[in-house]
Amino acid sequence: MSQPVLSVRDLIVEIPTRHGLLKPVDGVSYDISPGEILGVVGESGAGKSMTGNAVIGLLDRPARIASGGIYLNGERIDNLSLAQLRRYRGKQIGMVFQDPLTSLNPLLPIGDQLTETIQEHLGVSGGEAHNRAVAALDEVGIPAAKERIGSYPHEFSGGMRQRVVIALALCAEPSLLIADEPTTALDVSVQAQITSLLKRLCRERGMAVMLVTHDMGVIAETADRVAVMYAGKLAELGPVREVITSPRHPYTDGLMGSTPLASKGKRRLHQIPGNMPRLGQLPDGCAFHPRCPYTQDRCKADPGPRLKTCDGRAACWFPLDGAQAAKGVA
Amino acid sequence: MIAYVIRRVFQSFVVLLVVGLVAFSMFRFVGDPIDNMLGQERTQADVERLRTTLGLDQPFPVQYAKFLANAAQGNFGVSYRQGRPVATIISERAPATLELALVSGTLALVVGIGLGVFTAIRRNGVASNVIMTTSLIGVSLPTFLIGILLIYVFSVSLGWLPSFGRGETTQIGGWSTGFLTASGLKALILPSITLGLYQMTLIMRLVRSEMLEVLRQDYIRFARARGLRERSVNFRHALKNTMVPVITVVGLQLGAIIAFAIITETVFQWPGVGLLFINAIQFVDIPVMAAYLMLISVMFVGINLIVDLLYFAIDPRLRIDGRHA
Repeated sequence: MSQPVLSVRDLIVEIPTRHGLLKPVDGVSYDISPGEILGVVGESGAGKSMTGNAVIGLLDRPARIASGGIYLNGERIDNLSLAQLRRYRGKQIGMVFQDPLTSLNPLLPIGDQLTETIQEHLGVSGGEAHNRAVAALDEVGIPAAKERIGSYPHEFSGGMRQRVVIALALCAEPSLLIADEPTTALDVSVQAQITSLLKRLCRERGMAVMLVTHDMGVIAETADRVAVMYAGKLAELGPVREVITSPRHPYTDGLMGSTPLASKGKRRLHQIPGNMPRLGQLPDGCAFHPRCPYTQDRCKADPGPRLKTCDGRAACWFPLDGAQAAKGVA
Repeated sequence: MIAYVIRRVFQSFVVLLVVGLVAFSMFRFVGDPIDNMLGQERTQADVERLRTTLGLDQPFPVQYAKFLANAAQGNFGVSYRQGRPVATIISERAPATLELALVSGTLALVVGIGLGVFTAIRRNGVASNVIMTTSLIGVSLPTFLIGILLIYVFSVSLGWLPSFGRGETTQIGGWSTGFLTASGLKALILPSITLGLYQMTLIMRLVRSEMLEVLRQDYIRFARARGLRERSVNFRHALKNTMVPVITVVGLQLGAIIAFAIITETVFQWPGVGLLFINAIQFVDIPVMAAYLMLISVMFVGINLIVDLLYFAIDPRLRIDGRHA
């Protein structure tokens, strides 16, 4: 296997508060290879967006990277100064946010926003930047890109705006794209267009994509591998087919049971009892044990095992096999 | 767009008519100008004759209509006190007020926006906190007190700057300017600070809070994520978005600088229009008062119109009759 584009190693993000140190991301490790889409899935507050923000250095204070390493194409980037990191943003790492309606500056034509990004990173002339901006809009499927380049954001629909946002994130040809809930704010039909666009761009450019979402359906359609996060930790990591068909962590199993999938036919959707604990009130032992149907004594005493990227798929003392999983859904 | 401008200009005329009416009816309660104009030695016949000459014996609506008809032709009547045309008197006094307003307005805008942006970007810095605390003084001290304090410190104690008047002025055509002589420039310093300080601190605090709001927006975050330079993020993306709400307030405040120059001009004995107005009130010089009020309202209405047009220039979302309609 070629060198991964992004390697995250034992990443811990912490937020100091009056009630002690919170760890929204706690010991997360994963790799993304060129041309691969890694889906990061989990409930709100599981730390999935925080991981993405940590990679591009956009953590809101007082959140900070406490330990661990982030490597981009083999270079360590988590200890760079802000000025050094700025050169990576946009150039090496592109980022797409959730809401395309608010991601674009309403007072600047989209063409200006594209050319300023291109000129910043590629150092080309104004005319060349303009041509590249048109090409970038063309690539993401904006019809009549040449005429539309002078338009303002409010003259586009939500789906078109998200395409513009993607064009902006990719116009300097980064090797990694972090897409933070890129389809959540869109209509379902537009969602499918955007995910297939991301897939196409990923394949054509050999780009690594980190797709953060809470939508298991989007993951199933788009991602190659999936990382399931729970309370700041990785619960399960593996190829998307295997994780969906035979989840090994009870949380993933519960998550699958609560997702309507056409392949599973008509059935009553399962609900995981309780809520994800707040960061300040994590239980002893495995964070999932109060909600887990398979809890044993060890789960209450020992924190869940660390998931190593290389070996085991699920961070669980008693991972499920196929038969148990079927029972859990029923 | 053009239809909009025409509609706004029409509305402006209605506003001016109403202002004129209100001002005119108020003057009837200020006092009787005849008392001031004729001395102690007067007969009832003198009073009646003067009243007829000035047209003050006619009913109120007729007086008002005549005033409007003359004003529309630039004729604001003759000052009761000086016996000269009001238009001439005001045009002699206007340069002093306009130069003062220009200097303090520029001061308020440049320093206000500059410090507002600075304190927003360096939100938690020591310098920002010092500036924010100091700015409370500017917002809360009344103008006349600031003027008197400045005079006390810089004129009386230190003796650096003059405490009253315009210094030497140079005549260029019909315009007397204080910009060309050292004493004229020195004389401008204290009054313009006094006049502009409130507006400056107000603009600064407004720009700061608007800018902090804008810096929280997604498109700023996205601009950072695209690796743009901080300078570009702050000024190209954030500041322009800050300007939309700021322009409204700034426009009205700049109008207020001219209108409320009265107090500063009184404190510094600045020979401008404001001082003229104060003296006119003491003498019940109705033509001067009316002309001044009309002038100020024309100015405010004009500023409002400019502000509305600036919105169009800045915010493309308002240009609804653009190409995509």
